[in-house]
Amino acid sequence: MLTLIQIELYKIFRRPRTYIAFGAIASLILIIQFGLKVDGKSYTDFLMKDIGGSMVIDGNIINGYLICYIMLQLLLVHVPLLVALIAADMISGEANMGTLRLLLSKPYSRTELLLAKFLAATVYTIMLLIWLAILALFLSMWIFGLGDLFLMKSSYVVLINQNDVFWRYAGAFVFAALAMVTVASLGFFLSIFAENSIGPIVATMSVIVFFTILSTLNIPIFNALKPYLFTTHLISWKEFFDLKVNDANEAIIGSIQNPQRIITSALVLLLHIVGFVGGAIFIFNKKDVLS
Amino acid sequence: MHKLFFLVVAFQFSVFAHAQDMTGLVMKVKAKLDQVNDYEADGNMKTDVSFIKAPIGKVKIYFKKPNKFRLKKEGGISLLPRGGVSVNMSSIIATNDFVALSAGDQVVNGTVCKVVKLLPMNESSEIVLTTLYIDEANLLVRKAITTTKENGTYEMEMSYGSFAKFGLPEKVIFSFNTKDYKLPKGITLEFDDNEKALTEAQKLKNKKGRVEITYTNYIVNKGVADAVFVK
Repeated sequence: MLTLIQIELYKIFRRPRTYIAFGAIASLILIIQFGLKVDGKSYTDFLMKDIGGSMVIDGNIINGYLICYIMLQLLLVHVPLLVALIAADMISGEANMGTLRLLLSKPYSRTELLLAKFLAATVYTIMLLIWLAILALFLSMWIFGLGDLFLMKSSYVVLINQNDVFWRYAGAFVFAALAMVTVASLGFFLSIFAENSIGPIVATMSVIVFFTILSTLNIPIFNALKPYLFTTHLISWKEFFDLKVNDANEAIIGSIQNPQRIITSALVLLLHIVGFVGGAIFIFNKKDVLS
Repeated sequence: MHKLFFLVVAFQFSVFAHAQDMTGLVMKVKAKLDQVNDYEADGNMKTDVSFIKAPIGKVKIYFKKPNKFRLKKEGGISLLPRGGVSVNMSSIIATNDFVALSAGDQVVNGTVCKVVKLLPMNESSEIVLTTLYIDEANLLVRKAITTTKENGTYEMEMSYGSFAKFGLPEKVIFSFNTKDYKLPKGITLEFDDNEKALTEAQKLKNKKGRVEITYTNYIVNKGVADAVFVK
């Protein structure tokens, strides 16, 4: 099994398209960091014009932690598309090149082959997130320094102490990995139905865009549907950055406002992964492979 | 007619004399505060504003005559009410350019206080009116309500401990009116709808903000570098 995973990883990292995602993330992060380094104050002044009516804020707001949060908000909506580029190509790519039947002639079961391919796609996804963490978090910490995390939400602001932030990022990245693996499992599932890569890649992107729009639309008729859409749960990493307050309105250090939501979202995403991968194995085991 | 004239004149004198008395009292309080050329202190700051979720933070407070004041959270971010430079009494009674009028007596936290209305003579002053609740026996300001031109009205309630001899409080509770805070979700990139709507009663209650600072470890008149006040 390990050999199979190694072979699949070799295949993934031999293709130039794999590095498009790494390059895209790096260039986006560097351009945002450059922009905020040069003119970050204007950006925060604009954001804080509402709170500025009542309060004066003193301290280094534009620090590495805030930069990372801004970037995660911007990027984690788009990273699924980069994940789909590889995951949706895992089976369909082989079918497209005509190597799928040859692959199945190896002394491994179809289930083993599929699991190896899915695990390789998972490794790629996690490596993409590690790359994101290195650039968005660690590089930003190095460039902008450290400080308290001051987050402006639409109806309130959250101030998190500097020494209470890092573990939240660790949790957020682990959760983001789970979310992106869900996307990978969807792409992987769709890839068993096609004999070229474009179809499942575009289908995965379409499903994500369609569901994301449904998740964000605030129309009552769709609200009942939202908890069942995996796209609703992809953004639950943000819950790590909301503090619980006590009766005296003091934020509790080390707390999370809604931990149950993180657990529920993680379970929903896990169920989707099991469903998509299980479904792919079930269907593929019954499939007549002709290419 | 003459009797009436004398009565009016006597009344004018009595009012004037009364106002003089209050100026004297305020000047005594000011003289007490003027013993402090500078100080630095450690503190704990609690922010209670409806739209702010902030933990209790450790802060460092610096003051230098005439009105330099800085509240600093080491390596961190601090949130102060706008107009918060007046978190100390010294800057409220920084000048001699005021009229002090008596407004009777009132009890503040069990202490009988003289209520003094402080009107600035300078028309360009940011402060419109300050009401001081002065503990005459100890020459301490127990409470102050200040109305400003730009930043609304704010209230300070002070309790004193071992540094009362300098007029420096152990605890200051700063109350103020807050403005509405709302950012479009498109700017904050929040597309999930997990915020519960506030009831009207909560909204009204939440219009008032409070910042509570507890002071410890005062270091008085040992010199504070000007660089500390540079932001």
